[in-house]
Amino acid sequence: MNYLNIIKNGIIKDNPTFVLMLGMCPTLATTTSATNGLSMGLATMAVLICTNVVISCMKSITPDKVRIPVFIVVIAAFVTILQMVIKAFLPDVDKSLGLFIPLIVVNCIILGRAEAFAAKNSPLASLFDGIGIGLGFTLGLTLLGIVREVLGSGAIFGWAFIPENYNILLFVLAPGAFITLGYLIAIVNKLKK
Amino acid sequence: MEYILIFISAIFVNNIVLAQFLGICPFLGVSKKIDTSLGMSAAVAFVMVLATLVTWLVQTYILIPAGLEYLQTIAFILVIASLVQMVEIILKKVSPALYQALGIFLPLITTNCAVLGVAILVIQKEMNLGQSIMYALSTAIGFGLALTVFAGIREQLELSNIPKGMRGMAIVLVSAGLLSLAFMGFSGVDNGLRALFGLN
Repeated sequence: MNYLNIIKNGIIKDNPTFVLMLGMCPTLATTTSATNGLSMGLATMAVLICTNVVISCMKSITPDKVRIPVFIVVIAAFVTILQMVIKAFLPDVDKSLGLFIPLIVVNCIILGRAEAFAAKNSPLASLFDGIGIGLGFTLGLTLLGIVREVLGSGAIFGWAFIPENYNILLFVLAPGAFITLGYLIAIVNKLKK
Repeated sequence: MEYILIFISAIFVNNIVLAQFLGICPFLGVSKKIDTSLGMSAAVAFVMVLATLVTWLVQTYILIPAGLEYLQTIAFILVIASLVQMVEIILKKVSPALYQALGIFLPLITTNCAVLGVAILVIQKEMNLGQSIMYALSTAIGFGLALTVFAGIREQLELSNIPKGMRGMAIVLVSAGLLSLAFMGFSGVDNGLRALFGLN
């Protein structure tokens, strides 16, 4: 098994945002700016890597019938840890992501990868899968965040370069999230051919 | 009065799907036909009200007295998962017809972030039990409204001639954006009502 390939698959072939279309709630809700998108992506990646490794280690002792509840408890435990760490060390991130940090528990990417990859592969391969998918998700969120921030507030990572009069507020608001992602997916579809 | 305000604000002004981005997965996944979207809305309404009731009680009478608020996420997701399982078993015995209708949607609800989201939101907003139930019910109606309206739009989309690159998810997301734009027309209605009722 080529570990580099696993990472590449996660970023390009199985990109969670543009190809698998998983975890749409945080994707749309937290990408009002590039920084927010990036921090949500990294938070999800941290949980994904930890849960993938732990679930992969536990796969031989987990009875098949109760595996989903077991996975959910593992995920919820890591999310709780992350929630406490973010509250303690990054209060700004906590404020801007708010409700969507505890909601990482129900992000379908994490349960999906646990079921589809970690429960079948070695811990090391699962680690790389977590990194790959996590990077793919972070990339998708950051890209969406950059487009929305440039169009909506004329800035990139908080660095403003378009005068305020030319900003399209719509892109920071809810409808802009749907429309931007729709067009980004159309572009990705076009590039794939 | 306060209940009417919660009702209108949760359905139209702060629609759970179109304004708060919760429950997007079922919104995009189960909105191909009006029939299935109605079934999904009913299942979500049922579980959401029940889950909010139970999690509110768990938070108030178990977690807070025991000083275990940090276990909120784990406790709530476990409550929701077991509740969905229990509802499934009870429905199967008591009302096979309803089970047939809702059957396939029930397991999907565990990972519906709207359910966990509402359970956490009512705690964050420090609502009492009555307000929480009202909020959960109105949110579920708002979810159903968005889902059904969107299913109607998608049924029409099937018949129209769409440029190749936009087919599939792309046009669906852009349409959702336009629907969300339409719902933005309601913004400010809640403040107007609050002034009308003389609440702050």
